[in-house]
Amino acid sequence: MLLMNILKNDKPGLWLLGILLVVSIAVPILNLLVPENSAFHISTYTVTLLGKYLTYALLAVAADLVWGYLGILTLGHAAFFALGGYAMGMYLMRQIGERGVYGDPVLPDFMVFLSWQELPWFWQGFDQFWFAALMIILIPGILAYVFGYLAFRSRVTGVYLSIITQAMTYALMLAFFRNEMGFGGNNGLTDFKDILGFDLRADSTRIALFLASAAALAIGYVLSRIIVSSRLGLASVAIRDAESRSRFIGYRVENIKLWVFVFSAILAGIAGALYVPQVGIINPGEFSPLNSIELVIWVAIGGRGTLYGAIIGALLVNYSKTYFTAALPEIWLYALGALFILVTLYLPKGIVGLWSLRKTRKTQKMREEKT
Amino acid sequence: MPLSATTVSVKKTFPPLLFFFVSFFISFFMLMSMAQQTVASEIPAESSLEDAWKTLSQKNYNKKSGAIEVIAQQNPPEARPAMKAMLEGQLYYAKRGKALYFLKEVNDNYEFTPLFDTDPALKPVLQENRRGFKKVKVNNRLRRMIRQLLAVMQLKHEDADIRLAAVQELLKNPETEAADLVKNAIGKETDQRVITSMQTLLAVIQLENGDETAQLAAINTLANSLNSSAMNALTAYQAPTKALENKAQSAINKINDKRDLYAKAETIFFGLSLGSVLALSAIGLAITFGVMGVINMAHGELMMIGAYTTYVVQLLMPDNIAMSILVAIPAAFIVSGLVGIAIERGVIRHLYGRPLETLLATFGVSLVLQQTVRSIFSPLNRSVETPEWMSGAWQINEVLALTWNRLYIIFFCLAVFMALIAVMKKTSLGLQVRAVSQNRTMARAMGVRSKWVDALTFGLGSGIAGLAGVALSLLTNVGPNLGQAYIIDSFMVVVFGGVGNLWGTLVAGMSLGVINKLLEPWAGAVLAKILVLIFIILFIQKRPKGLFPQRGRAAED
Amino acid sequence: MIKTTLKKLAIAAAITTASLASTGMAWAEDTIKVGVLHSLSGTMAISETTLKDTMLMLIEEQNKKGGLLGKKLEAVVVDPASNWPLFAEKARELISKNKTDVVFGCWTSVSRKSVLPVFEELNSILFYPVQYEGEESSKNVFYTGAAPNQQAVPAVDYLMNDIGVKRWVLAGTDYVYPRTTNKILKAYLIAKGVKEKDIMINYTPFGHSDWQSIVSDIKKFGNTGKKTAVVSTINGDANIPFYKELGNQGISAEDIPVIAFSVGEEELSGLDTKPLVGHLAAWNYFMSVESDENEEFIDAWKKFIKNKDRVTNDPMEAHYIGFNMWVKAVEKAGTTDPSVVQKALIGVSVPNLSGGYSAMMPNHHITKPVLIGEIQKDGQFDIVWETSGLVAGDAWSDYLPGSKDLIADWRSPLSCGNYNVKTKKCSGQNY
Repeated sequence: MLLMNILKNDKPGLWLLGILLVVSIAVPILNLLVPENSAFHISTYTVTLLGKYLTYALLAVAADLVWGYLGILTLGHAAFFALGGYAMGMYLMRQIGERGVYGDPVLPDFMVFLSWQELPWFWQGFDQFWFAALMIILIPGILAYVFGYLAFRSRVTGVYLSIITQAMTYALMLAFFRNEMGFGGNNGLTDFKDILGFDLRADSTRIALFLASAAALAIGYVLSRIIVSSRLGLASVAIRDAESRSRFIGYRVENIKLWVFVFSAILAGIAGALYVPQVGIINPGEFSPLNSIELVIWVAIGGRGTLYGAIIGALLVNYSKTYFTAALPEIWLYALGALFILVTLYLPKGIVGLWSLRKTRKTQKMREEKT
Repeated sequence: MPLSATTVSVKKTFPPLLFFFVSFFISFFMLMSMAQQTVASEIPAESSLEDAWKTLSQKNYNKKSGAIEVIAQQNPPEARPAMKAMLEGQLYYAKRGKALYFLKEVNDNYEFTPLFDTDPALKPVLQENRRGFKKVKVNNRLRRMIRQLLAVMQLKHEDADIRLAAVQELLKNPETEAADLVKNAIGKETDQRVITSMQTLLAVIQLENGDETAQLAAINTLANSLNSSAMNALTAYQAPTKALENKAQSAINKINDKRDLYAKAETIFFGLSLGSVLALSAIGLAITFGVMGVINMAHGELMMIGAYTTYVVQLLMPDNIAMSILVAIPAAFIVSGLVGIAIERGVIRHLYGRPLETLLATFGVSLVLQQTVRSIFSPLNRSVETPEWMSGAWQINEVLALTWNRLYIIFFCLAVFMALIAVMKKTSLGLQVRAVSQNRTMARAMGVRSKWVDALTFGLGSGIAGLAGVALSLLTNVGPNLGQAYIIDSFMVVVFGGVGNLWGTLVAGMSLGVINKLLEPWAGAVLAKILVLIFIILFIQKRPKGLFPQRGRAAED
Repeated sequence: MIKTTLKKLAIAAAITTASLASTGMAWAEDTIKVGVLHSLSGTMAISETTLKDTMLMLIEEQNKKGGLLGKKLEAVVVDPASNWPLFAEKARELISKNKTDVVFGCWTSVSRKSVLPVFEELNSILFYPVQYEGEESSKNVFYTGAAPNQQAVPAVDYLMNDIGVKRWVLAGTDYVYPRTTNKILKAYLIAKGVKEKDIMINYTPFGHSDWQSIVSDIKKFGNTGKKTAVVSTINGDANIPFYKELGNQGISAEDIPVIAFSVGEEELSGLDTKPLVGHLAAWNYFMSVESDENEEFIDAWKKFIKNKDRVTNDPMEAHYIGFNMWVKAVEKAGTTDPSVVQKALIGVSVPNLSGGYSAMMPNHHITKPVLIGEIQKDGQFDIVWETSGLVAGDAWSDYLPGSKDLIADWRSPLSCGNYNVKTKKCSGQNY
C-alpha cells in the first residue's frame, strides 16, 4: 500500500520500471526464440552488454542515493562495486575446481602458478554460494560502516570527505594490485566456468543473469525510492541542505548518514557481483579512482537527486562509450569529453532536467495563453 | 631433465619439428661449453701490434679484448685516442681494406679521418651517410677493460679531476700491478683528494699482500675511507692474528656507523625531493581548487601541457639544450596559463557557485586535452633531454651523493612557492584574488572586476601547473598520461594541507614525501604508498579541515 | 538559445540511435575481415597504437598483392581503451557482430586473459604479439611473442657466461609477467649454483615514478666487489624514470648492467639514451638486425607512417610473422574458417625479419632466435650476442613446480593445451 503510494508520486520511475519489465520480457524471447537470421533477433553479445549496463545503472542509483540525497560527493563508490565483484569472483573461481589448467582441486590457477601451497584463510567458504552471497553484502557493508562511522563522527564534510573516499579506493586499488594479497594481482580473477552449476557460456545462463540484473535494478530502485520518500529520506535531504541546522533540531545526523551510506554500499556491492559473471573478469582496475569519477558523471548527466536520472545517465554514457569506441576509435575521447562539458554547461539538471524544463515551459505557455 | 618430456611427445607425433628441438638443444649445449671456455682459457696473446689493430675489425669480442690489451701494453701514440673513440662508439673501419677511421659528425655529415696518417693511400672521407664503414663494436666488458687501461695511462694527466677519476676507476678493481704505478705517482701528486684515493688504493692492496705491520697500517687507513672497495677488502680480510681481526672488525663497525648516518641523510633527501615534486604539482591546484573552489580535474593535463612545452622548446633550440630548460620555464607558464584562461572563459565561468559541476566539466576538458595531445604528438612518449648542468650528482663523499636534478627541483619548488606567496601578499592582484575568494559580492561592490580576477587567478594556477610540468619532464615520461599519474596525489596534498592554505600545501607535500620515503625501506614501495593513504584518511578524521584549517566565517560553507 | 541547443541534442540522439540500428548492416560487402584489438587511448595506447598501425600496413600491403583467396582484406579497428573488461566486450563485438575471421591484438597479459574465454566460446583466432610469462596454451590463441625460455633464460645465460655476473637484482613491476619470470629465473639461478643472498628481488607498482631509494639500494647491493647485474621486468611507463634515475645516480652499464625484457626501440625513442649506452635488452628482433627482409620492412613502415624517424620493434615483428603465418595457413586451407585455419597454422613456417624462418609449433608458440643488444647513443641496439639456432617457445616452464609436467600439443590425438604427462590428464578444457 505504502509502496503504491510512493510510486504513484514517481511517474518517471513508474515509466522506467515499466520499460524495464517490457525489456526483460522481450529480450529473452528475441534472443532465445527468434531465429538468428531474423532481423528481430537480439544477439547474446547485446544481451550481455545490456546486462552490464543494468549493473552500472544499479551502481549509479547507489551513488545518487549518497550524492543526490545525502550530499556526499563520493569519489570512491566503485570500491564497493569492486569488492562485491571480488566476492562473486572468488565464488566463481572456487567453482572451477579441478578444471583449472593445472588441475589442482582446491587452489585457483594463479596460486598454483605462484607456488602457493594452501588456500589462504580468506578464501575459505567461498565455495558455497550462500557464503559468497553473504559476503557480497557484508564486505562492502562493513567497510562502508567503518569508514562512514569514522568520517561522519568526526564531521568530515565537503571536499575533504570526497578526497578521503578517493584515498580509500586508491589504497584498495594498490593493495589489490599486490600479488601477495592473494587476489590474483593485476590479472585479477578470470576464466570462470559456471555459476550454481549452470554453464556461464550458455545463452540461457546469460539471459538469467540479465534478468537477475534487471530484477536487482528494479528492487534496488524501489527500495531506494522508499528510503528517500520516508522520514529517513526527508531527514537526509534536510542534512544535505543544512547539516548544522538539522543537527540543532535534534536529528542524529551521523546515524542517518551512516545507514544510508551503508545501504548504498551494499547496493553497489550487489551490482558488482552481478557485473562480474557477465563480463567474465574482475581485476583491481575496477577500484581505479577514475572509475568512481566516471560514475559520478553518469549521475550528473542523467540528473542528480532523482534516482531515475542516475539510471538514464548510466545507460546513456555507457552506450555512447560502446558506440564511440567502435565507430570513432581514434577520436572518441573528444566526443565523450564534449558530451560531459556540454551537459554540465547547458543541462545543469542533467538529461531529466529536460523533462521538468518542458513542463515549466508548458505551464508558462498555458499561463500566457490564459492572459 | 624435465624438458625431455616435451621432446618425447613431439618425437612420437611430429617428426619434422624435432629438428627445431634438436637445434635448440645443440645451441644450448654449445652455449654451455662456450661458457666454460671463456672462463677457463686465457686469451691467446698476440705478439704483433699490427695484428692487434687488425683484430679490432673482427666480430669476436674475446679476440678484440686480447688485441686491446696488446695495444695498451705497447702503448703507441694512437692507442689513447683510439681507445677513447672506441668508448664513444666513434672508431670505424672501412669495409674494404679494414683500415681504421675516426668518425666525426659535422653538420649532419659524417667525416672519417684515418687513424694512421702515415699511410698516404688513406684520405679523410666526408659523406652524408655511414655507408662503406662499420663501427668497431665494443660491449660492456670491453668498455670496462678499456676504461681501466685508460685509467692507468691517465694517472699522470695534468687535470686533477681526470687523475682522480683514474684512481677511482682503478679502485673498482684493485690489482697488484697497479700498486707500483700508484706508488710512483703518489710522490709527485699535489692534489689532496687524489692522494687520499691513492692511499686507499695502496692500503687495499697492502691488506691483501703486505706483512702484519703493513696490514695494520692499511686497516687504519681504510677505517677512515668510505669507499666500497675499502669495505669489501676489510670484509674479505683473513686476519692472521686475533688483534688484527679485532682491529679490522672495529674498522668495519666504524665505517658502518658512518654509512648508516649518511644513509639516513640520503633518505631524508629522497623524501624532500619526492615532497618537492608533490608540492610543486599541488601548488597550482592549491590556487584553482584551494582558493577558487574549482575542482579542477584538468590540472594534471595542464602539467602535461607544460611538459610538452618543454619538449617543443627543446625541438626549437636543439643546439642549446643547456639554455632550453630556462627558456621552457616562462614558456610553459605562459602556454599553460593561456590554456587555463581559455578553460576559465569557455567553461568554468558558467559554473561559479556550482563547485561540483566544475568537476564534471573539467573532467571532460581533461579528456579532450589528452586526446588533443595524442593527435598532435602521437601517443608515444617524447624525450626531453636533461641538460649537462642538471645531470649527474653532487658527490659529497663516497657514499653520499645528491643528484643535481633533484636538488634543482627542490630549489625550483621553493622559488615558485615564494614567488607565489609574494604575488598573493604583495601585489594588488593578490589582494583582489583574496578579496574575491573570501567574499565575491562584497569585493564586487568595492569595485573589483571579479570576472577579470577570476580569469587571471585561474591562469596563474594553470601557469604554475605548467611550471610543475617542466620539472616533471626531467624526471618522468612526457606522454598523454602524465597528468593522470599526478592528479590524485595533488588533490591529496591540497586537502591534507588544508584547502585554501598555500603554506599548508607546501608543508603537506614535503611531509608526505618524507613519510613515504621513511616507510619505503621498511615496507616496500607499494605498501608505503598504501600506508600513506591510510594515514591521510585517519588524519582527516582527526583534523577534518586538514593541517592548516582556514578560520573564520568564510570557511564555514 | 536553450531551445536550439535542445533541438541539437535531440537530433544528435536520433542520429546515435539510427546509427546503432545500422551498424548491423554496415559490413555487407564481401571482404575478409581482420579484427584489430589494440588500445588507442588510456595507459597502454603508448605501446599499442603502433601495433594497430602495423596491422593496417600489413593489410594494405596484402591487398596490394591482390588480397587473399581472391577477396580484399578489411581491417576492423576498435578501441578497448586500456580497460580490461572492455577488451572482452570488444572481442565479442568483433567476432559476433563484425564477423571477423581473425583478430590481432592485446598487449598486457590481463587483456589476453580477459578476452580468452570469448575467443574460446566463439571459436575464433587471436594472434598475441607480445613477450609474456608463458603458462598458457589455448586452442584459439597463437602466441607470436617470446615465452620466458625465448628471452629471459638466454639473457641470464649471457650475463652469467659472457659478462661473469655473480650477483643478481631481479627488479620488476608487481604483476604476473615479472612475478613468473623472476620465479623462473630464481629457480634457474639457484640451479646454477647462485646463492640466495646474491639474489635481490624487488617489486614496484605500475607507473612507479620515484626510483631514488630503489636505485640507491641497487647501488649498495652492487658495491660488494662481485659483478652485479639488474634483470629488469619493469613495465613500460615506469622505465623512463627508472633509467633517468640510473643515469643521474651515475650507475653506468660497465658497473651494473641492466638487462631489460620490455624496453625496445619504441620505449627508447622517448628517452635521452646518452647516459644509458651499454645497458642491455633481450628480444627476438632488433631494428638494427641486418637482413633484406628487415630493410624492406623498415622502409615500408617509414613510408606507411610518413615519418622517417619512426622505429620498429619486436612486437611489430611478431605481428609481421603472425599475419604472414595466417595468410599462408588460409591459402593452404583454402578458407578463412577459424576451425580449419587453426589446424592449418600448425607447422606453417614464414620468414622472420632476422633472416631466418619462424615456424608455428604444435603448442601454438613459434620458433625464434634470441638476440641481446646493447643500447647505443642513437636509441638503437648493437647486437652483441645471439643464439646460434632457433629456440622453440615453451608454453609451460620447466622451472616451476606446478607446470613442469605439463605439455601442450594441439594436434590430434592429444589436442590439449595442458596435458599432464604424469597424471595423463587434460584438465579444464572447454571444448
